[in-house]
Amino acid sequence: MSQLALVIDLNVCVGCHACVTNCKEWNTSGSAGALSDDHPYGKDPTGTFFNRVQTYEIGKFPKTETLHFPKSCLHCEDPPCVPVCPTGASYKREEDGIVLVDYDKCIGCRYCSWACPYGAREIDEHQKVMKKCTLCVDRIYDESLPEDERKPACVLACPTSARIFGDVHDPDSEVSVAIREQGGYQLMPEWGTKPSNHYLPRHKNHVSYHKDELERADNPLKKEDYQVDASEPSLDDVTSW
Amino acid sequence: MQPAFSVIFLTTLIGMGQGLFLAIYTEQVYSVLNVVQTNSSDRFYGIASGVALVLLILGLIASIFHLGRPERAWRAAAMWRTSWLSREVIILPIVMGLVFLFGIVHFMSWNPVIMTFGQVEVRLSLIIGAFATLATFSLYIATGMIYACLKFLQEWHSPLTVINYLLLGSVSGFTMASVVAAYWQPKLVSFFVGWSIVMLVFAFISRGASLIRNKRLRPKSTVQTAIGVRHNQIKQKSMGFMGGSMNTRDFFHGKTLFFLRSIKTIFLVLVFAVPLVLLIVALFKPTLTVLLPAIVSMYLGLIAERWYFFAEGNHPQNIYYQSIA
Amino acid sequence: MYSENNLLAESPDHIEVKNTTCYMCACRCGIRVTLKNGEVRYIQGNPDHPLNKGVICAKGSSGIMKQYSPARLTKPLKRRKGAQRGDNDFEEISWDEAYAIMEERLSEIRATDPKKFALFTGRDQMQALTGLFAKQFGTPNYAAHGGFCSVNMAAGMIYTIGGSFWEFGGPDLERSKLFIMFGTAEDHHSNPLKIQLSEFKRHGGRFISINPIRTGYSAIADEWVPIKPGTDGALILALINEIIQLGLYDRDFLIQYTNSAELVNVDEASNEEGLFVRQGEKAIDDACVDNQNKLWWDRHANGAVITHTEGADPYLLGDFELDNGMKVKPAFQLLVDRVKDYTPEWASSITGIPVETIKQLAHEMGITARDQKIELPIPWTDTWGKEHESVSGNPVSFHAMRGLAAHSNGFHTIRSLSILMTILGTIDCPGGFRHKAPFPRPIPPCAKTPRGPEGVQPNTPLAGMALGWPAEPNDLFVDDEGTPVRLDKGFSWEYPLSVHGLMHNAITNAWRGDPYPIDTLMIFMANMAWNSSMNTVNIRDMLKDKDEDGNYKIPNIFVCDAFESEMVAFADLVLPDTSYLERHDVMSMLDRPISEYDGPVDSVRVPVLPPTGDSRPFQETIIELGSRLKLPAFVDAEGNRKYRDYPDFVINYETEPGSGIGFLAGWRGKAGEKFMKGEPNPNQWEMYEKNNCVYHYHLPKSYQYMRNFNKGYLQWSRKHRLTRFAEPITIHVYSEVLQKFRLAAQGKLPGKQPPEHLRKRVETYFDPLPMYYVPLESQLTDTQKYPLNAVTQRPMAMYHSWDSQNAWLRQIHAHNYLHINPQTAQANGISDDDWIWVESMHGKVRCQCRLSEAVEPGTVWTWNAIGKASGAWGLDKHANESQRGFLLNHLISEELPENVDGDHLSNSDPVTGQAAWYDVRVRIYKADDHEPAQTSPQFKPHKHTPGTPKRKPKWQAFFAGLGKFKGGAK
Repeated sequence: MSQLALVIDLNVCVGCHACVTNCKEWNTSGSAGALSDDHPYGKDPTGTFFNRVQTYEIGKFPKTETLHFPKSCLHCEDPPCVPVCPTGASYKREEDGIVLVDYDKCIGCRYCSWACPYGAREIDEHQKVMKKCTLCVDRIYDESLPEDERKPACVLACPTSARIFGDVHDPDSEVSVAIREQGGYQLMPEWGTKPSNHYLPRHKNHVSYHKDELERADNPLKKEDYQVDASEPSLDDVTSW
Repeated sequence: MQPAFSVIFLTTLIGMGQGLFLAIYTEQVYSVLNVVQTNSSDRFYGIASGVALVLLILGLIASIFHLGRPERAWRAAAMWRTSWLSREVIILPIVMGLVFLFGIVHFMSWNPVIMTFGQVEVRLSLIIGAFATLATFSLYIATGMIYACLKFLQEWHSPLTVINYLLLGSVSGFTMASVVAAYWQPKLVSFFVGWSIVMLVFAFISRGASLIRNKRLRPKSTVQTAIGVRHNQIKQKSMGFMGGSMNTRDFFHGKTLFFLRSIKTIFLVLVFAVPLVLLIVALFKPTLTVLLPAIVSMYLGLIAERWYFFAEGNHPQNIYYQSIA
Repeated sequence: MYSENNLLAESPDHIEVKNTTCYMCACRCGIRVTLKNGEVRYIQGNPDHPLNKGVICAKGSSGIMKQYSPARLTKPLKRRKGAQRGDNDFEEISWDEAYAIMEERLSEIRATDPKKFALFTGRDQMQALTGLFAKQFGTPNYAAHGGFCSVNMAAGMIYTIGGSFWEFGGPDLERSKLFIMFGTAEDHHSNPLKIQLSEFKRHGGRFISINPIRTGYSAIADEWVPIKPGTDGALILALINEIIQLGLYDRDFLIQYTNSAELVNVDEASNEEGLFVRQGEKAIDDACVDNQNKLWWDRHANGAVITHTEGADPYLLGDFELDNGMKVKPAFQLLVDRVKDYTPEWASSITGIPVETIKQLAHEMGITARDQKIELPIPWTDTWGKEHESVSGNPVSFHAMRGLAAHSNGFHTIRSLSILMTILGTIDCPGGFRHKAPFPRPIPPCAKTPRGPEGVQPNTPLAGMALGWPAEPNDLFVDDEGTPVRLDKGFSWEYPLSVHGLMHNAITNAWRGDPYPIDTLMIFMANMAWNSSMNTVNIRDMLKDKDEDGNYKIPNIFVCDAFESEMVAFADLVLPDTSYLERHDVMSMLDRPISEYDGPVDSVRVPVLPPTGDSRPFQETIIELGSRLKLPAFVDAEGNRKYRDYPDFVINYETEPGSGIGFLAGWRGKAGEKFMKGEPNPNQWEMYEKNNCVYHYHLPKSYQYMRNFNKGYLQWSRKHRLTRFAEPITIHVYSEVLQKFRLAAQGKLPGKQPPEHLRKRVETYFDPLPMYYVPLESQLTDTQKYPLNAVTQRPMAMYHSWDSQNAWLRQIHAHNYLHINPQTAQANGISDDDWIWVESMHGKVRCQCRLSEAVEPGTVWTWNAIGKASGAWGLDKHANESQRGFLLNHLISEELPENVDGDHLSNSDPVTGQAAWYDVRVRIYKADDHEPAQTSPQFKPHKHTPGTPKRKPKWQAFFAGLGKFKGGAK
């Protein structure tokens, strides 16, 4: 059984929000749409989005890190939102592990959102049903699309390729390799939800030169010692032993 | 969490309805067993069951306001294997049906003796009542478990949540029974009042225990576990949007700590202190003028208690929604 | 998930997919637009496009909400009779009427005094066309927004290395090992840079960000070096000093490819002091050719020889005397003399960066450049005929944009950066800086303005370009007294090298009538009544100010824009522009193409949707006006209209009859068989459309590097008419161009002379060597009273003021805060979320603050251009943008306080006229508790604009193909 998921590389995410709006753009006219917006041109505009990019500051000046942190549904292996749903609208697909909401069954009771520790679900205030990331299930199996475009919209859009998509149960998949080799981790492991989405941590390249490298045989200044004026006094002129 | 009034009314109203039924059924059992001499009438049982039914129906109506798609509410029965909410949705109409049957059997005096055990006549209503009692207890458990099963809502994730739903619902029902009795069958008042006092004490202990427990809780989730970064100074700068979303509206009460503390004091006074005094008074002066204020105080207090219950739930998702910039 | 409703809606659809080019910012990515039943279903990055390779940004992904924005202008508008400017009170008119009004006005101006017509354009991508129109009209008063954007970047680098960051060149992150980014640089060439940054980091490259603020790309830097704004020059000069002191510079590169070893006359008494010594004839007598008749001091001959003499090995240091007794020094010696006092300790006190860090930066750069050299087995031949078996590169690269540019010392800072890159030997080499065609161009490029008022004549095209590249004082566009000919005083002694003009002073100058009043101001796509102007409050007043007779001081203002911006409210005539999805456009080689390191690239936009309402592309207006005014380029010999429309113009226009050079370089020639140069091809648009709307010529590998001196490339470039000559473009470590202006200011150079009051200023800032000085505004501010620097950063999900009308993007940035370091906040008694006042010596703004550890304590910052005037941009008057959003512009003046150099000098770089946005000094204090929780200043809400929806939806849900919006109850 496969488990599709996203691996998000915090080491390269610059926080540009491309994934946020590309997700909105694809999904509002897709099978998960429409995604409504309230007060779109008024005070406090708000709307349904499946994916957000957040910003955190870590540490004190001058040792400050600015972390951009994209977050969408993590498609937990043991999703707490699914068993609580009274209608079965919230479900996890056997074949690929995607957690979905069947809009036709959803009664909009919001209980699933209470059961999600990650705040990954958003109610559509007008369609009155719960919505969430679908991993673009209406793209990834669409054979009318070129094969390399059968990916979630956020992954296609991401300018820094900070979002990798694949099967985390396949040990040889790009996502599994990335998790294994780059220390991929899960959010809030304390709840045992086993999120399928993983995050790759920041890693730093530090100063790598050695002080010895400053003493150079190829120092070009050596080429510039041209003029020793013979008329200037020297030690040789004034010592006689 | 952001307390939703639909859910506050749902849980308090059906809790009281269930309690009211339990009160009169207890009384009927006692009376059948001749533990107490009450001479209670079928008419009283019928009327009291009617009141209980009205409370249950009001609760159901309140719950509809919580649903985005109430026309599909019937679907909620589907997932009884896994979902406590689904179980509640199934049990609630069963309780209502049984309470209705219990009431109508009494009211219309269709209450034949089904069997006898020695001196004790087991009438139809007693059997219906037994099933209704089972259903009522199940409903308390289902309602409580809806909240208690959410493990990362640490304030709720405790047997005390279920016990509180049971005891607070029951005590409000017993007190309501005193009121109904004061109007229709004054002789029964002291029975109900006595039980109310006993239950109020237990409810106070249990609710107090959960307050103390919750005060000592340390959140398991922190911003460190939420984003997976080890550092003792992490602050969210931006949640990624500025106009708010469901995540900022549904999961935080948005009130000050002072407001929260005031609500706590208010519910402790209104649910426990005021009714206790009035109930004790009612033991000696079992009149509506004493009991009506008691039930009003208790119900208002329960609304505050339920508001506080929800507000106190500290949802870990809030860690992700702290700041806009 | 699969709702039946949605599935039903999706079934019998008409789907079309079209390629075009994005225009949500200046980046110009290739996009693929899917239409469903004629509505935009999806905009994605075009995977076959060389620029963005399939990716797209937040703005590009939100194009749908721009296309269907209620802020779209859909009707030509005329200010209602009796209404005042700024009221936004208009009536609809027809295009015929609009054209007639413009034709009448403009033909009269052209017949009398063409300079009374000024055309200034904003972030447009059609400067080739608008520039042509202005030149043909005969007005010198034309510029785009470069002067208030990043002209220092263009000028500072092009006057030094013949190319620049921007669209003209960039860091080769594919091969680089160490990458240093200075200041905010998020909005130019953004997607390619994001792609490269992540690849660079994944390959183990080390990324250092030097920036007062850690946002955007700086977030993923391996090291963040906080610096005080406007002090980067001091840091860079100290780095140069340290690198030279330790002998970490690339001596061979400096000798072969730069003027470092060339001998400079250092005889103070000489009128030619500071100029290179030349011997013999010039090979080509042209100002934009760097003739190779200068001298080296050869160690073998122990005497002067012509540069690049076979076998010569010149000294870089020393002082020498020529046979005629002239004292000379190699230019590099002068540089060493200059930087010797710019020590790390000195720089530390100015920049706030620890000495150790400065040294470490210098060591890292030097050691990486020298010890991690890249050798590519690509043979090439230099212009002196020497054959090289390989291309070698020192893999240290840099990037900077407005963060360095938008200071009044930015030109010298950027020249210093170019010199730092040069001494590291990383110009157009693998892993270093790489040029993009048509760069490198000569230093300076050949284009010139007229040299005086005689270049402006009635009914005659301008006798030169409106914008050019002065090579010496005589190239200035001034009259005999030194008075500017241009309205914005560009190319005058006040800002001699203002190669992109000074749009930020156009309105003030026109209002004041200094140097002269004008009749008609035409603005395209520039929000001059808001975020594109400094001193916004007063600029708005100037736009509506009247003389004693009750006439507006700027009599006519025509505005063309696609959206109801703040500027639209001040127009007398409004021309609704189309969106980018509704028109033809060219990213032309004559303008700013999208070339790659490996060769020239240009691209087009083709319409994927019909125009909204009565909107028309501004290009059509230009063609129409050009034809009606009978400007020579737009009519035939009989005066008849030559071009049917803009697409027709693009195909058939040639820079000169038969030149074979047109707006598009690809598929030229009758059958599309030629490129760069060739006769018009009637099917050129179709060929672009078939090829992802882009033409990409891959240079042979041996032409891809060292292009300043690559014989093959330079000859190719000349052959294909990118350049006039194939002469080497020697890097100007020492700038003789600047020295000539200094000599003029010293009275030593015959020809044009600066007015007396400007002599000192020109002498000071036209230093042939890189220098650091405190930004002018700070020199003239009481920095005790205003201790803080205030700057803006560029949010990656917003492009200037453009996107507040975008329902999706405005949810990300609905309003803005002032970000303050907690130490600074505490010292001023300010807490997180407080309402505060920010005050400069020019004005004050009330706003809300946020405490941030990611900003150095001497700096406060906010996102750029999120604040809006109430009711503008299709927003409700209570929208966050106007009630909680604010502009820093109110704190920044377009002119410096009166000072020794004169009054009404622009708040700009004294060399280039670059607007000094980031020089402003401020103080902050808490607002009173009783003050309203609302930003200040506030402006009267805009009236409803005819042609836009009267009421905005309370909510909306876009679902393509169903008639745009589901729901949307009013």
